[in-house]
Amino acid sequence: MLHHHLALTAARVPDRPALVAGGRRLTYRELDEASTRVARGLIALGVERGDRVAIQLENCAETVIAIYGVLKAGAAILMVNPSTKAPKLSYILGNSRASALITSGAVRQSMPGLVLPPHVRVSVIVGPGPDRPADRATVPWDAVAGTPSTDPLPDRVIDLDLAALLYTSGSTGDPKGVMLTHRNITTVTASIASYLKLTQDDVVFNVLPLSFGYGLTQLFPTVMVGGCLVVEKGIVYPHVTLTQMAAHRATGFALVPTIATTLLTLDLSKYDLSHLRYITNAGAGMPTEVVRGMRRALPDVRLYLMYGQTECLRALYLEPDQTDLRPDSVGRGMPNQELMIVDESGREVGPNVVGELVVRGSHVMAGYWERPEETARKLRPGKLEGERVLYTGDLFRRDEEGYYYFVARQDDIIKSRGEKVSPREVENVLYTLPEVLEAVVAGVPDARLGQAVKAYVVLKPGATLDERDIRRHCAALLEDYMVPSAVEFLKELPKNERGKVAKRELVATSHPD
Amino acid sequence: MTNVHAATDVTAEIRAYIVDRFLFGKGDGLSNSASFMEQHLVDSTGILEVVMFLESKYGIKVADEELIPENLDSIDRIAAFVRRKQA
Repeated sequence: MLHHHLALTAARVPDRPALVAGGRRLTYRELDEASTRVARGLIALGVERGDRVAIQLENCAETVIAIYGVLKAGAAILMVNPSTKAPKLSYILGNSRASALITSGAVRQSMPGLVLPPHVRVSVIVGPGPDRPADRATVPWDAVAGTPSTDPLPDRVIDLDLAALLYTSGSTGDPKGVMLTHRNITTVTASIASYLKLTQDDVVFNVLPLSFGYGLTQLFPTVMVGGCLVVEKGIVYPHVTLTQMAAHRATGFALVPTIATTLLTLDLSKYDLSHLRYITNAGAGMPTEVVRGMRRALPDVRLYLMYGQTECLRALYLEPDQTDLRPDSVGRGMPNQELMIVDESGREVGPNVVGELVVRGSHVMAGYWERPEETARKLRPGKLEGERVLYTGDLFRRDEEGYYYFVARQDDIIKSRGEKVSPREVENVLYTLPEVLEAVVAGVPDARLGQAVKAYVVLKPGATLDERDIRRHCAALLEDYMVPSAVEFLKELPKNERGKVAKRELVATSHPD
Repeated sequence: MTNVHAATDVTAEIRAYIVDRFLFGKGDGLSNSASFMEQHLVDSTGILEVVMFLESKYGIKVADEELIPENLDSIDRIAAFVRRKQA
């Protein structure tokens, strides 16, 4: 079970540092005990085996304690981005039938009008509470975290039970819950720890949201090996981040291409990064010129280019000694899994033929929460009777030496700042503006973001919305990374002969800002 | 007198820019002392945009080491920073 890693590490190296977050430092014994208290507190509040407990917090010590507390209580963690707004949070809580929500006063403050579905029996609030009438039952975090007993709990789950439900954007607009079992996550955790050669001497510096699969894969392998995780609330000031990395003697750092591009605006030689052993990239492919820039700026740091998706968390990494030779590859695959590239009929193709990447392994998700049709499209019969393998929806090719190269996505999902943006989800929000006649959203190339989210809007006759109105409306309802960075107003949308909006033509012919 | 006026102008100009760029023109809820980080108003890309704005508008040069919350995390702090740089 995933939380056994924590108990085992705490028994092995109780006094080693586990977590540094803000001003707080916790040893493994302290993290183990704190999360047991939270587990006991949640059980006392009625959380049962198999429940989903939503965690919507900024990166902080409580987030990590809550994650292990929920797991020890036999429930699954339902991680929600702290910038998710009320309508989507309501949808996720309703869809998952979560029984509890762990959040902060600050996050709740940003969600006026949130009505919790009735099955959410309790909200646990970290920090000062929201200035408004209490929810059905609001419990301060300190009451849960102050549960007296730290006696280990008996296991309430087996490794086929859900450990995490992670919502991911889909082409249809409604996010869907990726079901990851304990076994799924422990498998990928062991693979990552092995190929990154993590040890208890590692100090992993994490600025990625822990609500994001790539953030969670910083936490779990670090805890498994007994290393120290430094948790920061993202990067706003790169100079401050680099200074912190030097001060903490970080040995590992995970980034997405947007962060790399930001760091490269600074002179990295001014910071003492002599302890830094490796950097990983995932979330989106790192453009070759950025790879070369990072290698020039930090020649002694091993740079791992990786590929994964929430449905299996990780599948590929490039051995760092290959990075200069094939900066456009994501390697030959992790240990303990099999990869295939198949054509449209599902037949394996040979070298240098483009096809869909298929992943076989015990890290492949159990399915989408209560979405049998979408599950059946993504998980299809594999080699052995009854087994299912993951059709990633991503097009790859493999060279003669077995190295994989990402080619394209098969759907129209936008990748901005390493995060997935569903055009449909943004369009749905645009259509809630009464002035909007038609709207379409597409990704346009952007040096810093990878792709920028751009909205093309046709207004109803006589309507007078401007770009700011539209972006403000989106910012009130969508996560920060989904808000269009540009809006173009058109008299009509170009359509093909079947009446479908010709997105490619739109992106090609419209004017960049 | 002149200094007070200049200070007010800088604050007002920076406020106008921040409200326009990051609050899409509706700044009612934002005080001049509010922390951008606490309000989740500006990310690393946003900070670089703010810096580009300050450099072009006030003819100052911002060094990497000056990219810190003490200088940039609220309208008041930015205004004070600009005035220090101009002095």
